[in-house]
Amino acid sequence: MRTTTAMKLGATAAVAALALTACTAPADDISNADFETAMSTPTTISMWAWAPGIENQVAMFEEAYPAIDVVLENVGQGGDHYTKVRTALEAGTGAPDVIQLEYQYVPSFVLTESLLDLAPYGANDVADQFTPWTWSQVTNGDAVYAIPQDAGPMGNLYREDILAAAGITEAPVTWDDYAVAAEAVRNQTGSYITALSGNDAGSFLGLVWAAGAAPFSYDGVETISVDLTGPATQEVIDYWQDLIDRDLVSTDPSFTDGWYQGLANGTLAGWLTAAWGPAFLQGTAADTTGLWRAAPLPTFDADNPIAGNWGGSTLAALSATEHPIVAAELAKFINTDPEATLKFATEQFLFPTRTEVLTSPEFAEQESEFYGGQRVNEIFAEISATVDTEFQWLPFQDFVAASFVDTLGKAISEKGDLSAGLAAWQDAIVTYATEQGFTVQ
Amino acid sequence: MTTTSAIPHVRRGPSPHERKLVFTAYALITPFLVVFTAMVIAPLVYAGFLSLFQTRLIGGEQFVGLANFGKALTDPVFLAGVGRMSVFLLVQVPIMLGVALFFALAIDSGRLAGSRFSRIAIFVPFAVPGVVATMMWGYLYGEDFGPIAQSFRAIGLPAPALLSDDLILFAMMNIVTWSFVGYNMIIMYAALRVIPTELYEAAEIDGAGAIRVAWSIKVPAIRPAIMLTVIFSIIGSFQLFTEPTLLAAIAPNVIGTSYTPNMYAYTLAFRFQDVNYAAAVAFILGFVIMIVSYVVQLSGRRAEARR
Repeated sequence: MRTTTAMKLGATAAVAALALTACTAPADDISNADFETAMSTPTTISMWAWAPGIENQVAMFEEAYPAIDVVLENVGQGGDHYTKVRTALEAGTGAPDVIQLEYQYVPSFVLTESLLDLAPYGANDVADQFTPWTWSQVTNGDAVYAIPQDAGPMGNLYREDILAAAGITEAPVTWDDYAVAAEAVRNQTGSYITALSGNDAGSFLGLVWAAGAAPFSYDGVETISVDLTGPATQEVIDYWQDLIDRDLVSTDPSFTDGWYQGLANGTLAGWLTAAWGPAFLQGTAADTTGLWRAAPLPTFDADNPIAGNWGGSTLAALSATEHPIVAAELAKFINTDPEATLKFATEQFLFPTRTEVLTSPEFAEQESEFYGGQRVNEIFAEISATVDTEFQWLPFQDFVAASFVDTLGKAISEKGDLSAGLAAWQDAIVTYATEQGFTVQ
Repeated sequence: MTTTSAIPHVRRGPSPHERKLVFTAYALITPFLVVFTAMVIAPLVYAGFLSLFQTRLIGGEQFVGLANFGKALTDPVFLAGVGRMSVFLLVQVPIMLGVALFFALAIDSGRLAGSRFSRIAIFVPFAVPGVVATMMWGYLYGEDFGPIAQSFRAIGLPAPALLSDDLILFAMMNIVTWSFVGYNMIIMYAALRVIPTELYEAAEIDGAGAIRVAWSIKVPAIRPAIMLTVIFSIIGSFQLFTEPTLLAAIAPNVIGTSYTPNMYAYTLAFRFQDVNYAAAVAFILGFVIMIVSYVVQLSGRRAEARR
């Protein structure tokens, strides 16, 4: 008796959950009249985001649309944030209307049909405002799942004084130059030129991206491909294996106390990082003001430099929202309004995705004392133009990131066989994808 | 079982007075029953129900019977976690309880100056929240900045890599021991206080020394209390979560997302959205704890019977 009642209860719950995920937004374009009505009707909508100072942009939105009241909440950064969003979606209540969403998680939320397709709300009209690669990260065919907010094209931050002490006066252009510099730095000063960390899949994939590899693909439905052992990725692996074997790079985990100290005290002479790195480093290694310089990431082919990306976020509206027009406009306004996006770039240190901001004098001509008066933004803006547009993510990036730590990441931190680690990562992802019912090509 | 003699020999129908008593008894335990059912039984039943399904990212939910349980029993990730916790159990629990027993006996012996102070001092770490304790020890263990490593270097010795793959389990054992020795000591000490003192007098007259008294009278007398601490510790060990989760922040490549079975269940449910398999893993972990606890209790009783 008891079991049958429980089963009935559970079955009802399951049906209710299915019904909730099944509803989707209308595909027709929203008319101007509908838009005006929605934006002038007093409405409260909620947004979960952690970008520092985003309340500035929310205030600008509320000023532009006085009828709308935005409740902004920071429920955590990265993993904690997604866990809470997922839990709220699963529960069917309490989910916000708009969320901050990093590029690599867009497909994961597309898969569960959690994102509102913004195309009917005029999102494609703003497409040409954005750097092409950021736009390709948030779209699939005609569908637009999020509006790019900030990005992290990768470059090379290094201690000019330590490299100079090792006789290196120019920033390494190719990876071969970088290896020579790494050896000189290690032998002459005892420092490591950088750390390759095994705890963060994002930075490693940024390096893979910069090698022109696109190991993942997802068709938006149920077919994926995983090609981590292809020649381009293998080239990256072989390169770092050599540096690790010769003890020329550290393999300490990043964003740990020891790693912060290394950057602050010079045992790490550089950091291959994203465009959000310069401002971050400034806060971490304040005592080394003036000693750092920024340069593009070294490349395998000096004539044809390709850059990769690490991090950066978007704003996305959830499909469960009761106010799709307002939610879509909030995401769009914050990330396309000239004043709002310039403020992001110049005062909140988010690296812009709009070309207008990237080239604006207020942004590009900023000189940074920490980097010896260099125009760091300009350097990263140039890098941004070379980021490969082909790179995609898998719709279960959480698993990809977690299994990196247990496979290739472990091989890196133990200074072991990186190729074997890479193969193990590939296997783990394929096995998981197959189990989950994907068609793996 | 001799305590059942309170029941009357001849069973008549309950008198009105008895009936009233029974009613009162049920009325009194109703609040407990309601909360217990809502907060323990219902979630358990629901989790059990969930564990019979499989949700795939593509294809959705389907009934799979006990397949999740079969999968968990051959899942190398889960088994590795259980293995780690077994090592933890076999090494840490005897040390912790041994130390706790030693302190309890020492304080109970009355030979210790300032025994009240020692009792509180040993108990205080238990009052420190697990999160704070782990962060504190994590700092002490740090390879570059931790005082332990710095002291080693100061005297010219290589610093032990306390957060490495080889040692981190022991580093965690140390944290848990530090936190829980006091708690277990208090349980044992309370049990020691109720032993009738005539026994000691008799033993003394027979010429037994303090150690002999401790070993032959006190320890056997508090055997049930010790057994209780053993069972608590077994449950605690298998459910380890806070310490490894926090240490993962400073040793991310050593502690993955599935270092302990509990962390694995958490990762499955909240990162990979596989609530069903997570429920099965949690159930199996529960069964493992039940079996180990039962075996320990049974062997304890056997040993008792042999005496």
